[in-house]
Amino acid sequence: MATLKQIRRRIRTVRSTRHITKAMEMVAAAKLRRAQAAAAGARPYADAMQGVLQRLAGASRTLSHPLFELRAVRRLAVVAVAADKGLCGGFNTSVLRRAQACIGEAPDGAAEIVPVGRRMWRAFRAGEREGALGLELLGDLADWDAARDLAQRLTERFLEGRVDRVDVVYTHFETVARREVVKEALIPVEPRRGEGVPGDYIFEPDAAQVLAQLLPRYIATRLFAIFAESVASEHAARMQAMGNATRNADEMIESLTLTGNKLRQAAITRELTELVGGAEALI
Amino acid sequence: MATLFRVEILTSEKRVRTTEVVSLTAPGSEGMLGVLAHHAPLITALVPGPLILTQDDGRREVYAISGGFLEVGGNRAVVLADALERPQEIDLPRARAAEERARRRLQSREPGIDVRRAEAALRRALSRQQISARWADRRETDFEAEAECPT
Repeated sequence: MATLKQIRRRIRTVRSTRHITKAMEMVAAAKLRRAQAAAAGARPYADAMQGVLQRLAGASRTLSHPLFELRAVRRLAVVAVAADKGLCGGFNTSVLRRAQACIGEAPDGAAEIVPVGRRMWRAFRAGEREGALGLELLGDLADWDAARDLAQRLTERFLEGRVDRVDVVYTHFETVARREVVKEALIPVEPRRGEGVPGDYIFEPDAAQVLAQLLPRYIATRLFAIFAESVASEHAARMQAMGNATRNADEMIESLTLTGNKLRQAAITRELTELVGGAEALI
Repeated sequence: MATLFRVEILTSEKRVRTTEVVSLTAPGSEGMLGVLAHHAPLITALVPGPLILTQDDGRREVYAISGGFLEVGGNRAVVLADALERPQEIDLPRARAAEERARRRLQSREPGIDVRRAEAALRRALSRQQISARWADRRETDFEAEAECPT
């Protein structure tokens, strides 16, 4: 049995840990709000982009582009998007596990991993591989330039025939409490043809050239949206994890206080008994 | 009173501006193009240059756009800008430095130079300087604060 002094010390430790988890929870909540606002701000552009692509695809069924080309997958690239930091529950591990599963499914293990976020970067030892693709630091808000650069390099790899497909594994953000690790195909681009496409559009210079300019930009936009969602999910996950930790600390403080009180009570009773016993002996 | 139509200016990060205008002038890949209300449906690529919105009262609002796309349809125009700035915001020394850098890269004739990228950078830098020179000090580009889109 611990002494009263030891228990008091433990209460102090738990309380200071609770301060930290509580602070982290609040910081994550603030960052989550910013990440959500950023994701919402980026949506009109992404939607408009998607619309233009659909109208292009609808304008001509024969419209083709190397980035539409579905090839037999001999080499697969898997972009794994997670966080720079830990302390966010199972957020990083679930992405890691899913990404590893995807690599396992690749024919003859001919898969290249493209880690995004320091946790993924380290997990896949990207720093030790020469010319590894990826992004070491994702940051607190998705960065457009970083997304565009990575999208560009992935597109180049696809066009050079060094990979036949690029998939992305990331955490899809539904609501603050609902997140899900998903896999999406990034390259080749699958245009959704013929979904109620209105009207005869004039294309300048022509549909093929607009398409050639649009597709790389479209891929970058998709990747940026994925980064933005993953970042929002990360902050939501951290907020939840830290909220749980704070509640656990509360419970611990409560039960320790109870034990401490019992011990103190027992000590007082014992002293009293001794006093009474001593007094009786004197009479 | 002229017929108005809706214009939305979007970048990859946010909605920059939504407004009703009389006309829109944009640097299309085939040359400057003007759009009035009820324009035929159109999708075009944009090159670096000035993007000009003309309001009902004749006031003009100018942006320097570095490329993107324009979609017109249903009496609505959507500008998908790669990057966008007001003439007053243009960093002239930076644009000059970018021009210098692009020219040096183009002249060096070394292998491994992405000529197309360098040319694109040069076009952007020149367009920024021209727009800054022409519009940066003009009062007509000013707008009331309330007209600014909330960000």
